Amino acid sequence: MSLPVNLQISRTHLLSRKKQTLVAMLGVTFGIAMFILMISFMKGVNKFLEDTMLQATPDIHIYNDVKTDYTRTVAGDYYKSGELIMIHHPKPKHVNLNIRNAELIINDLMQNPDVAAVSPHLSTQVFYNYGPVQINGLIDGVDIMQEAQLYGLKEKMITGRVENLLTSNNGILMGQGLTDKLNVRVGDMVNLATPTGTFMRFRIEGTFQIGIGTIDNIKSYVNTASVQQLLGKDRSYITDINVKLKDIHLASAYAKSFQTKYAYKADDWETSNASIMASFLIRDVLTYVVSITLLIVAGFGIYNIMTMTINSKMKDIAILKAQCFARKDIIQIFLSQSLVIGVLGALTGIILGFTLSYLLSQVPFPKNENISLKFFPVIFEPKHYIFAMMFGIVTTFIAGFMPSVKASKIDPVAILRG
Amino acid sequence: MSIILKAEKLNKFFHEPDKFQVLNNISIDIIKSEFVTINGKSGCGKSTLLYLLSTLDTDYKGTITINDTVVTGLSQNQLARFRNKNIGFVFQFHFLLPEFTVLQNVMIPAQRLGIHSEKEIRELANEKLKLVGMDTFGHKVSSKLSGGQQQRVAIARALINEPTIIMADEPTGNLDSANAQTIFNIFKELSTAKGHTIIAVTHDQDFAKNSDRTIHMMDGQIVDN
Repeated sequence: MSLPVNLQISRTHLLSRKKQTLVAMLGVTFGIAMFILMISFMKGVNKFLEDTMLQATPDIHIYNDVKTDYTRTVAGDYYKSGELIMIHHPKPKHVNLNIRNAELIINDLMQNPDVAAVSPHLSTQVFYNYGPVQINGLIDGVDIMQEAQLYGLKEKMITGRVENLLTSNNGILMGQGLTDKLNVRVGDMVNLATPTGTFMRFRIEGTFQIGIGTIDNIKSYVNTASVQQLLGKDRSYITDINVKLKDIHLASAYAKSFQTKYAYKADDWETSNASIMASFLIRDVLTYVVSITLLIVAGFGIYNIMTMTINSKMKDIAILKAQCFARKDIIQIFLSQSLVIGVLGALTGIILGFTLSYLLSQVPFPKNENISLKFFPVIFEPKHYIFAMMFGIVTTFIAGFMPSVKASKIDPVAILRG
Repeated sequence: MSIILKAEKLNKFFHEPDKFQVLNNISIDIIKSEFVTINGKSGCGKSTLLYLLSTLDTDYKGTITINDTVVTGLSQNQLARFRNKNIGFVFQFHFLLPEFTVLQNVMIPAQRLGIHSEKEIRELANEKLKLVGMDTFGHKVSSKLSGGQQQRVAIARALINEPTIIMADEPTGNLDSANAQTIFNIFKELSTAKGHTIIAVTHDQDFAKNSDRTIHMMDGQIVDN
């Protein structure tokens, strides 16, 4: 019982109207709880999408872009008169889309301390033939061990092992969706036809499921040499280099430096997935707008209740001021009430928010074979809880401060004289 | 005979709705342990005078000296502290804090002043309640008491910081004659036995007649001292 007298008064005020205090507190509680639930869920969705996206996108993708720059032309050689030559709508030139000094670039990338893995790629469109079934798809010629490191392929294998590809001649790792459509299993042989008309037979060594339908239904991995053979190219023919960094956030900086260093187009994962990144931003903004609105509404609730309290306590305030209480004491008495409401509301809100988030994270996600999601994605991050707490307290502080100042300005003479 | 309160040439104007002089060049001296009543018709400015003397109202011309301190021109916060130590109030309405117990109501001004320990304040409060005959009601919530009882608690509250001056604005205005008599006896006792100076504004002729001195006011001036 050794509270300062101002706080004793404030406590008596709070306890003498428990119901009002509780209602004001619940306003803050729900605001904070909804904020935590929303941000944990939205961030969880973002995290899930980002993870999924990164399973399909390398941190940095280096490739030889098709150029559409036709300012240099041989036309000048034929028309030497020096007149202005205009060429309308030229056809693209035939270019080899390979990276010429791939070996050097890969070695150079391996030296970089921030690079975790480098995987050279050679991709081509193919038709998968098995009996009468013909499916349009894609094969990736890769160094499978590097590729496995890039995308954590080992955990994604449904049947067979990644290493089997190394030991087998003309082996293939197929997407699970693809094998389902073809109705094949490990050990079966499939025919692949390229758009240029060449054929090759591959033996299925394993199946994988990334969790993204558009990949699992069309993609297969083979050794680089097989694709080079299929395309009739030499052993140094590589079209893409995929890089995994140790820190994903360095990607955009490195992409720029790689582009200038190697003179090939280098895209970081954020650029390749600009639309998904935009959706992250939109979800974040949405979350904050809704939550902050909720908290501000709770703030108005507190403001109302404090104003009502102060209006009904005009006489009390007047007598306190007449006796001995300075303006700062009056502010302290009423501000501490709203802060108590704010802190208690924020604490219970955090507990409720955590509970709701936890419950949501236990709700099974509707089964879908194309999405590798078992439960609703929810993340638990302390900084969200700290932010919610701070915001809750700041809101109640402002909501309580204005009526408290008003109370402190009451002229005791005017009220005591009646 | 030492002068405890000295007011010199007090002038006070009301500006709403029209400019109007409420107090006109009032000078009074009040001697220590005197029981003074201020009497007069409604609107003669007697309450206004009391609020000036009590330092609650600072919008006036002239000088007020209490206990050798010139209070005119002190800041609001300095005045709040000065009042707490030197002046006790009793109003026509008791103005007790309704959610608090009788004891808490009496204790609060002393707790704010913070000179004594919690335990001493409690003893002091009980002592003051005994003085007004309310010591058995200490743990009752103040809103549950009758009007006369509440006024007695209000007096105990005014006494808690041992003020040299007690100011009362119509202390018996809302009470029946029996209760009014009780209150009067308490005041009388305080001034004669305890040496408190008492300044009370009142309509009540009996109350005024029995005090040491009555100041009659009319139209903002003192007519009979």
